[in-house]
Amino acid sequence: MTSATTTGGTGVEGAGAGSRTEAEGRPGTGPGAGSRTEAEGRPGTGPGAGSRTEAEGRPGSGSWTGAGAGPWEELVTAALLGTDRRPGAGTPGELLDAAATQTLRRRAGLVPATAGTRPPDAPPDERPALPEAARRRLALLLADRSAPAHAGGRRGSAPDLGELLPQWLALANERGLRAPAELLPALLDAARARTDLRPQALAFAGPRGLWLARLNPEWRFAQRGASGSAVLPRPEDTASVQLLWQEGLFAERVALLGAVRAYDADAGRALLAATWTTERAEDRLMFLDSLRDGLSASDEPFLEQTLADRSRNVRATAAELLSALPGSALAGRMAERAASCVSLDRTGEVATISVEAPHECDAAMQRDGVAPRPPAGRGERSWWLGQLVESAPLDSWTRRLGGRSVPELVTLPVADDWGDELHAAWCRAAVRQRDAEWARALLGAPSAAPGEGAGTASLAERAKLLSILTEAERADWVARFISAHGLSEAFQLLGVCVVPWAGALGRAVVDALEIARDAGSYPWSFSGVMGLAERCLDPAESPRLEALTATPPEREGASPGAGGYWAEAFQRLVATLHLRATLRTELSA
Amino acid sequence: MWGLCKGSGSKPYQAVIDTSGPAYKCSCPSRKFPCKHAVGLLLLWSADEQAVPAIGTAPDWAEQWLKGRRTRAANAESGPTSAAAGQVDAEAARRRAAKRAERITAGAAELEQRLADLLRGGIAAAERPGYGLWEETAARMVDAQAPGLAGLVRELGAIPGSGPGWPMRLLEECALLHLLDRAWLDRSALPEPLAATVRSRVGVPAAPQGPATRDRWQVLAQYDTADAKLTTRRIWLYGRESHRTAQILDFGAAGRAPGIALPVGLTIDADLTPYPGAGRLRAALGERYGTGATPDGPPPGGTATEAVERYGRALLDDPWLESYPTTLNAAIPIPPKDGSDDWQLADAEGELALPVTPGAAARAGLWRLAAVSGGAPVTVFGECGHRGFTPLTAWPRGAKEGVALT
Repeated sequence: MTSATTTGGTGVEGAGAGSRTEAEGRPGTGPGAGSRTEAEGRPGTGPGAGSRTEAEGRPGSGSWTGAGAGPWEELVTAALLGTDRRPGAGTPGELLDAAATQTLRRRAGLVPATAGTRPPDAPPDERPALPEAARRRLALLLADRSAPAHAGGRRGSAPDLGELLPQWLALANERGLRAPAELLPALLDAARARTDLRPQALAFAGPRGLWLARLNPEWRFAQRGASGSAVLPRPEDTASVQLLWQEGLFAERVALLGAVRAYDADAGRALLAATWTTERAEDRLMFLDSLRDGLSASDEPFLEQTLADRSRNVRATAAELLSALPGSALAGRMAERAASCVSLDRTGEVATISVEAPHECDAAMQRDGVAPRPPAGRGERSWWLGQLVESAPLDSWTRRLGGRSVPELVTLPVADDWGDELHAAWCRAAVRQRDAEWARALLGAPSAAPGEGAGTASLAERAKLLSILTEAERADWVARFISAHGLSEAFQLLGVCVVPWAGALGRAVVDALEIARDAGSYPWSFSGVMGLAERCLDPAESPRLEALTATPPEREGASPGAGGYWAEAFQRLVATLHLRATLRTELSA
Repeated sequence: MWGLCKGSGSKPYQAVIDTSGPAYKCSCPSRKFPCKHAVGLLLLWSADEQAVPAIGTAPDWAEQWLKGRRTRAANAESGPTSAAAGQVDAEAARRRAAKRAERITAGAAELEQRLADLLRGGIAAAERPGYGLWEETAARMVDAQAPGLAGLVRELGAIPGSGPGWPMRLLEECALLHLLDRAWLDRSALPEPLAATVRSRVGVPAAPQGPATRDRWQVLAQYDTADAKLTTRRIWLYGRESHRTAQILDFGAAGRAPGIALPVGLTIDADLTPYPGAGRLRAALGERYGTGATPDGPPPGGTATEAVERYGRALLDDPWLESYPTTLNAAIPIPPKDGSDDWQLADAEGELALPVTPGAAARAGLWRLAAVSGGAPVTVFGECGHRGFTPLTAWPRGAKEGVALT
């Protein structure tokens, strides 16, 4: 049992009188016992009281920054300048002796600092905890994000865990499970890096995640995101709703409007109408957009008023919303204008649609949301025509064009190369008015080659049209498209199909992949579809895939080594499907 | 842990793993080590513990290997050498040690001289670019076979220009280095435990000295620090019965993980043999008898004031101590306010708080601590020293299982 001070004393032969006195004189009693008393007696009296007084008397002698006054300060000054320049400081050895004593005195005499403001308590989270296996899985998924194993080059046969995170989060949210607190920082970091994760990640992070995000400026995005829901009043609590609507932040008000609108569409619109004239233009645009959900004929008067708004973007959005209501007055006006441009010409052998695009965009048209100036590279007359047709109710065409059925209408020949323009506008109208019959007709038969027969050739338009069909119909159409045309153009269409893919669709994709392999190409030509398949294929398909995981014998004319790469790609596909099935089981435990 | 793997032969391969080593054994002819069967078994186990059920008894072949391994380990420790050979060895070792001590003494004297020169000219010179004292002096200390001194000198080199107050920190460290020099030069006058501390601080290798303590040692924390040449793993253990805290050190060559891996929360029934030296908590892990099934919950702890007092008291035994292991019973983490980087751990009761060691703990670990707390008090194990408190493991209120912050 020896004390630090004693060491200082013993170790220093011929130490300066000053430091010697301090070292020995402080505790006074036997070696060790003295400084022990100091440590123990700090808050008390007795021999320790001396150092206690010193610690308090010299501000900071026991502080964490160590900035001291008095002897220590003098020592530092002397050391900075050097003993040669400070004759009073003694020899370097004496200076170091004294400094050692002071250092140990400070360290042994440390006292805690004053606490800053404590953070508020996190609100409680009543959701049940994750099962243990799922908790470990989440930790793995989040850890993989920070260290992508396949940076650059081939991906190997291991599943890409980061790509499974969105699914995992969706499943966990579906089951209403609580995020483990210790994983919240990693979860927020993941959401910060990937905006597509944010809604699910923030919902999963829950009230404690929001609480945590408020403490760290790097997670400020959480405040902007779908965060409002935690603090929103109940939509039927009119007084609180009014208060928040009057005084809330923009994000809160957007969330509030959405919630009230979902609960009672008319109440939501009334809320907006009350303060409409005082809102800023960009806010008006965002608020107006939230009327899209639950849009009905009773919104028409308000929207019709909005057509006279000061902001062009607000006017355009109001017009778009009105045109999605086929019974609205605006839709009627547009139908009239469109009808004057498009007519049936029966003079020839076959009935033909003839188009006479508008010659001017008058004030009334502009008030109804028609943009007078076309984007670069488009003629203004066809630009105006497109806007008229896309805003006109689709069922008006049956009357206008001789009572034909929709499939007949879209197959009618169009004179003077107006066909593409007209069909594209019909596509936009079908999507806007969510008209499945028109969408089906415009899509045409999935087996028809693009550009042939009826319907649109554009994949983007097709994807949009598909999105308004029922899930089953969508999957079926895409499955038949893939069977007929392979995978090279399927990526965008697959993107609108629901996960997991329906049986027929999954089988079509797997078959097409097998055909692609047998055709001798490399798997990375299909990496987009492969990646989608890993995320979207029903895990129940994996038995069918097992056979494909073996390396096929090299064929003549095939790309060298392709078989091995395909086997690897299929192995990864199977491994990912297994993993997805496991994720699901773990979360259900 | 054991498993059978169907290979191409008629008899399945028998793979067995001792996770405490870790050590592997498999009946396959592979020259890779561990073989794919062992790795596969480990993967199964890590993906899903249920895949390798705990059935208590292992088959004979696995049990035999484990027993053999443990006996060999025990034999290796007792080291059966003939008495005569032992004497010759001891004589040679003494001569070597004396020679080394001479060299270190020369090194320490030289270091004293260099420190004196520095102080004579003023430490302000240390901030000037191209000031080459540290690296060269460190190399001289390596030559003098005093790696401890070399390491301390190298750390001195990082202080100049390291932010406000650096001259003060440099003077502190120079003074303590001077203290160590003097203590080495006059070590014959020191009591043996302190002399042992000085030897180990200077860098004279020492072997652990009995008696071993068998206890249920709870793993409180495990973390690695790495430089270009070496990864150092530190593991804090707490004896559930002896109430002692001990540290195991393990090393891995550059880029390699150290051999011992003990996850936080595990409790092992094992022997620990302390290394000599007053105030030194380092120990060597001896024979392991088993592993606890359930987590033990946090060790007993105290307030912020008690934590700094513990450190202060530990300085009596080892004045060069940077920090001391401590548990805070009920601490509330306070994240930094805008712009600053200063975390605090506040007592749940009262107005006192410990600053968190700047730059020591990973940012992610501190946010994990805040998340686990949720504004409520948590039990935190960490190292309390003169620069602040470094949190290593946290237990939410009432939880048996700790969350590693490292």
